[in-house]
Amino acid sequence: MAKATTSAKAAPAKKAPAPKAAAKKREFPAARPSTMKKAVMHYCPGCGHSVIHRLVAEVLQEKGLAEKTIGVPPAGCAVLAYFYFDVDMVEAAHGRACATATGIKRVLPNATVFSYQGDGDLAAIGTAELVHSANRGEKITVIFVNNAVYGMTGGQMAPTTMLGQKTTTSPFGRRAEFEGHPVRVCELLSGLDGVAYLERTKLNSPAGIKKTKKAIAKAFDIQEQGLGFSLVEILSACPTNWKMNPVQSWEWIENVMSKTFVPGVYKDVTARKDEEGGEDAD
Amino acid sequence: MLIKTLFAGAGGQGVLSMGYCLAYAAMQEDLHVTYMPAYGAEVRGGTANCTVVVSDEDIASPIASSPDNIVILNNPSLVRFTNFGRPGGSYLINSSLVNGKLKRSDVTSLYMPASELAEKSGSLRNANMMLLGAFIAMSGVVTMDTMQAAIADIFAKKNKKVIDINQQAVQSGYDWAAAELGKGRAAKKKTAKKPAPKARAAAGR
Amino acid sequence: MTKSKDKPRKQLLRGTEAVGEAAIRAGCRFYAGYPITPQNELPEYMSRRMGELRAEHPEENPVFIQSESELSAINMLLGASVTGARCMTSSSSPGISLKQEGISFMAGMELPAVVVNIMRGGPGLGNIAPSQSDYYQATRGGGHGDYRTIVLAPATVQEMADLTYEAFDLADKYRNPVLVVGDGMMGQMMEPVIFREDQPMRLVAKLPPKPWALRGAKGRPSRFFRSLILPPHEMEEHNWRLYRKLQKIERKEPRAELVSVDDADFVVVAFGTAARIARSAVKRCRDKGLKVGLIRPITLWPYPSQVIRETADRGVQAFLSFEMNMGQMVDDVRLAVEGRAPVHFFGRPGGVVPTPVELAGVIRRIYNNPAKTM
Repeated sequence: MAKATTSAKAAPAKKAPAPKAAAKKREFPAARPSTMKKAVMHYCPGCGHSVIHRLVAEVLQEKGLAEKTIGVPPAGCAVLAYFYFDVDMVEAAHGRACATATGIKRVLPNATVFSYQGDGDLAAIGTAELVHSANRGEKITVIFVNNAVYGMTGGQMAPTTMLGQKTTTSPFGRRAEFEGHPVRVCELLSGLDGVAYLERTKLNSPAGIKKTKKAIAKAFDIQEQGLGFSLVEILSACPTNWKMNPVQSWEWIENVMSKTFVPGVYKDVTARKDEEGGEDAD
Repeated sequence: MLIKTLFAGAGGQGVLSMGYCLAYAAMQEDLHVTYMPAYGAEVRGGTANCTVVVSDEDIASPIASSPDNIVILNNPSLVRFTNFGRPGGSYLINSSLVNGKLKRSDVTSLYMPASELAEKSGSLRNANMMLLGAFIAMSGVVTMDTMQAAIADIFAKKNKKVIDINQQAVQSGYDWAAAELGKGRAAKKKTAKKPAPKARAAAGR
Repeated sequence: MTKSKDKPRKQLLRGTEAVGEAAIRAGCRFYAGYPITPQNELPEYMSRRMGELRAEHPEENPVFIQSESELSAINMLLGASVTGARCMTSSSSPGISLKQEGISFMAGMELPAVVVNIMRGGPGLGNIAPSQSDYYQATRGGGHGDYRTIVLAPATVQEMADLTYEAFDLADKYRNPVLVVGDGMMGQMMEPVIFREDQPMRLVAKLPPKPWALRGAKGRPSRFFRSLILPPHEMEEHNWRLYRKLQKIERKEPRAELVSVDDADFVVVAFGTAARIARSAVKRCRDKGLKVGLIRPITLWPYPSQVIRETADRGVQAFLSFEMNMGQMVDDVRLAVEGRAPVHFFGRPGGVVPTPVELAGVIRRIYNNPAKTM
């Protein structure tokens, strides 16, 4: 992952100042997308946030959505996302991003509205806002970064912490009988009728990164089509709090996390329509 | 002039609509008025009541301690509000649903078998409006003309039949009470109060 | 109502309905709330009127959301407000506690909103009877952090309408949340209301533009709103700016009604429902020859300290703060009087509404022995 970030930064210096840069940028995917500010990110080495930021920014640029986008960063590591995204943004209170995004989207139904939330923000303190926004079918896109810990506050147990995983508040490892099982957000939401699209991806290989971008693109398509609530859950590394190096982190996503959080498409109303010839759509 | 009236009965008897109609009519007479329903658990518990304060100047406290008039629609309300009315005030009691008499001699009281009269005239549900008519005959807080116009306004969104039924019920309650109270007095009140609403009808609505 | 909306007409409205109609007329196009007694008629009213308005003016895009919680409602407001929409939420005491998070965030981000609190007896779940138990919470900011909100305290249904209408202008003018506080009595009571010609139905297109709002970075650099400001000197600067704004509000916006104060040697201070009772009691006392007056704060923050101080300077023997709680506003009366005269307190908590007779008795007792504070 560290590599992906470095290579992304290396290229733009040459190509960015070229005339008609915007038109040409598509040909040089390594260039900084216009939807990102020229800033050095504060994220730890090996952290998934920088890559996910970039993927979201690329999708917004490629789909031409930047000028009508309003993003809602969370409380958590990504709280400073407005220093990196070059689109309108408003910070939400911890856990309330889906509610705030709802307020924005209802007033501006044609805007592209996304929230960017971590596991504590989304699946612990913000569960009610998440579930009910999804159930109302709010036409917003949620980028859910699942790294199995509270990152910013120093690696405490998250709702998505794995069984047996040691954190600063589960020093003996997470135990099902006391701390419960990890919350599977995609599975949880898949039963709600307001949800149009749910996909879980893993950000631990170039292929995984590509797949994640595709999922994000699909989620924004779903929003633009006004089909309902869309969410992409991304299994993402936190080497600092996992106390691993980036390579070990990627392996841990592969060998441990993705066994509990199985990647895949959990809901896609467009696929269902295709299968059923669209007759069932109401 | 400051007249405080309490309407009390069981939930579903139309106590709140009586108060609302009176408040609305008083508003149409350009009087100051405050309508205060008792709200909360007790409404569901059994008794419903509301207070209407009518005045020719600003109404300070909407709380009707010692009301001038009390209209009682059922037995529990009589028990509860026997000592509530001010000395010299009046009680109008639905004798169909109240056992016994008011044990007070310092107030005037009128007993009206409103539920029976309403049932005879077609629907038990009109008992509240008949009592309201009788109350107007008794108190003269507003005129019958204003009340009839108010009913037409309040039920404007419903069909004409609803307006007719309610207007007839109020009228028959008024007539019953007028007869009961002595024709002379009722007639005097009616003619004395008449010019005001007519003048306003021309000017306003 | 919808037909002749620009022609002044007397309507018999419940307090909560007056708030709702005033909000609609003031251009409120976003309401989110969660049911709680005794204010449920307000979300009910808003749901109906927003729906009617949508049919009449679809371009106004009126939004009503019954949220999953008060927390969610206030944070929906934050989102609506940042887009520039005039927005409102309402609740009663326990729900207002939950909303404090969002109120603090909006104060920090300088986002306008109108929050209605139909107060009830507390603490905890308390009861649904009329009370003024949230005075401290309302006037001291309410949530965490160094901020205040403008607090308007109507005492009649007409004023519920007038102050709500104005609340939206104040919120926009100062880019700060504004609270409208009433109680179960103010909310449930019906009185005639007239929307004046200077309170017309305001369509969104005709409201003053909000150049700061977020609607997508089209043709301009992107912007963001935040309340997280990590470097202490930047946070300090931000707090200084908020402080200067609040100082301006304190200078310009205090409001009070004075009743028989000119020649009074005893002054009752009361707001909202309590002020109505006090008005009756003061009248009773005047009828008996006691020179009693009433100061009714209309803004609870900024507090009308100046007028109270000036009254004290005119040689008033004593003040009585009368509240439906166990003594909260009395602090502000004392701060205003600054020892110029004794300040007494009388209150009934828990949703008990004292009668004018009871209060008049208290006034007479203190009137005859003004120096002795209770």
